[in-house]
Amino acid sequence: MTAIDASLTRPPTTPTSSREAISRVSKAILRNRKATLGLVMFLILLFVALFPDVITSQPWNESVVPQPLISQCRQDAIAAGKMPNCSQLPPSRAWPLGTTQLNYDVLSQLVHATGVTLFATVLISLLVTAISVVIGVTAAYAGGRTDTGLSFTTDVFLVIPALPLLIVLSTYLASGGLAAIVFVMTITSWAFGARQLRAQGLSIRSKEFLEAARVRGERSWYVIFVEILPNMLSLIVAAFLGTSVYVVATMAGLQFLGFGNVGDTLTWGTMIYQSQQAMALSSGNVWWLLSPIIAVAFMGTSFALLNYAFDEIANPALRKVTRRRLGDAAA
Amino acid sequence: MRFIGRRLALFLLTLWAALTINFIIPRLMPGDAALAMWSHIHNATPEQLAALEAEFGTPNQNPVLAYIGYLGNSLTLNFGVTVDQVPVMTKIMQGLPWTIGLVGVATVIAFALGTLLGIYGAWRRGSWTDNLLSPLLFMVTTLPIFFLGLVLLLIFGVTLHWFPLNHPYSSLPTLTFQSVADIGYHAFLPGLTLVLAAAGGWIYTMRNNMVATLSEDYVRMARAKGLSSRRIMISYSARNAILPNLTGFAMTMGFILGGSILVEYIYSYQGLGYLFYQGTSSRDLPLQQALFLFYTVAVLVFVLLADVLTAWLDPRTRTA
Repeated sequence: MTAIDASLTRPPTTPTSSREAISRVSKAILRNRKATLGLVMFLILLFVALFPDVITSQPWNESVVPQPLISQCRQDAIAAGKMPNCSQLPPSRAWPLGTTQLNYDVLSQLVHATGVTLFATVLISLLVTAISVVIGVTAAYAGGRTDTGLSFTTDVFLVIPALPLLIVLSTYLASGGLAAIVFVMTITSWAFGARQLRAQGLSIRSKEFLEAARVRGERSWYVIFVEILPNMLSLIVAAFLGTSVYVVATMAGLQFLGFGNVGDTLTWGTMIYQSQQAMALSSGNVWWLLSPIIAVAFMGTSFALLNYAFDEIANPALRKVTRRRLGDAAA
Repeated sequence: MRFIGRRLALFLLTLWAALTINFIIPRLMPGDAALAMWSHIHNATPEQLAALEAEFGTPNQNPVLAYIGYLGNSLTLNFGVTVDQVPVMTKIMQGLPWTIGLVGVATVIAFALGTLLGIYGAWRRGSWTDNLLSPLLFMVTTLPIFFLGLVLLLIFGVTLHWFPLNHPYSSLPTLTFQSVADIGYHAFLPGLTLVLAAAGGWIYTMRNNMVATLSEDYVRMARAKGLSSRRIMISYSARNAILPNLTGFAMTMGFILGGSILVEYIYSYQGLGYLFYQGTSSRDLPLQQALFLFYTVAVLVFVLLADVLTAWLDPRTRTA
């Protein structure tokens, strides 16, 4: 409630300097527990993505188990009259999350896949948000037939179930590499945001400052970029964060099914797929499967927390109800 | 009834768009789609090539005639044969009851549970359900659905052995109590995954809608008239709060059906989702395409049903 009071008492004519804006945003983040937690989680991911070698010095794409150890294990098994089973080793000090069926280090794979996973998620979410903004705002601003056509296209994409469409598309783009996933994820995911942003654009369209701009004879691009978009910024950021939550889960889900895994590019989704293929769960090698799915959930939760926090900061109606005493209201 | 007329038009146009997308995608790819798919089949036979060409056409075929033939075939549910020469519809009819049972029951439970908890949470704001249970279920909703599925499988299937790891039944289903119980037992974990994935969202939106309607004048009026709180809660506030959720319900069907593919895959549950997975990984494209259409039509039907229900519950849409 102090935040509301402050914004009320500030003279509306004073332009907010960028430094003041930054300090206000950082204060809002620090005051909101969800925002702080989400941001810390995101920074952890960013750190791991940028400096994987600080976390682990093990290679991620070759066997980490020394050959003598494997030979020893084979000999022991044969001596005991058992089938030698010397891969998918359980966690130990040298490989804290165990090894894969090729005896690659799971921890090192997890750490080195962070960068690609985070990069692809952010890139797809940015592209999706950009398309949503262009289509939503154009529909709202142009109106008439353009709006009818764009809204219909949006509704069609909204109704067509995304994961089945993604799976269908991925069969045809199997050889396209990471770019193909980025492409199919982008063209299947923009409709929800476009619809929200169109609704918001419509509510802004009739505002007086736009009327004023039109009367001044400003060009369309000026009105859209200088007048409309800055006023929709909070919604655009919310759309980006919401999209990220969806993208993290959907991309991993698609790869988990074995679609959209590309060559040597290792993502968490690819790790989940490979561990499923090697029957890690029934072989008792639980962490090979669990660690990437926990990582995916961690990244999703980080974006989700930032999203709620952002909603709460941008939309005072969602803040926790604190019962005001009579004295407060009077003061 | 202009509202329903408009929604019906949208239904037909979207159906046409989905059919067209399904027609265009394989033909957009460079080269001969049928031949390319055929070459991926293990031990391919000339009959299989003929079947694929019937479905996807040949490069020098008249595209307009092919399109008309395709639309006719799709509308009469004639989707050709799978690569192992079984009619696509036969396979779909085998998987359909399992998916309708699993996804249908889970969705109804999730929607009912979410709506009731949402109503209760808004009615008793600050109670432990509202402060603890609902936010917790909502956080679960944002977790990836395969995370929920795999973790439940790992805990209750692999570790505790409380529930079976896969398949919809242990022996071929019959109409005995034992068999029905067995099916329910097998459906429990996949069903729970779907319920957990969906319920939190309903609680959240229902609660927020309900909080908004509770502060409306007509609720105050109802209180002033001295109506029972039960009547105010259900007939005045909840009835209005549920309207946006009905539309949302139809829209999330796409998300739930998508999620059911992952869930059916995780639990080897032989419904449509598992069939869709198999069709895709074995490049059985006639099967894959028919199932994609089924999913889209399913969502469309739910959207239309939600519109009819909305029109029934909300008099404003009838005059609009």
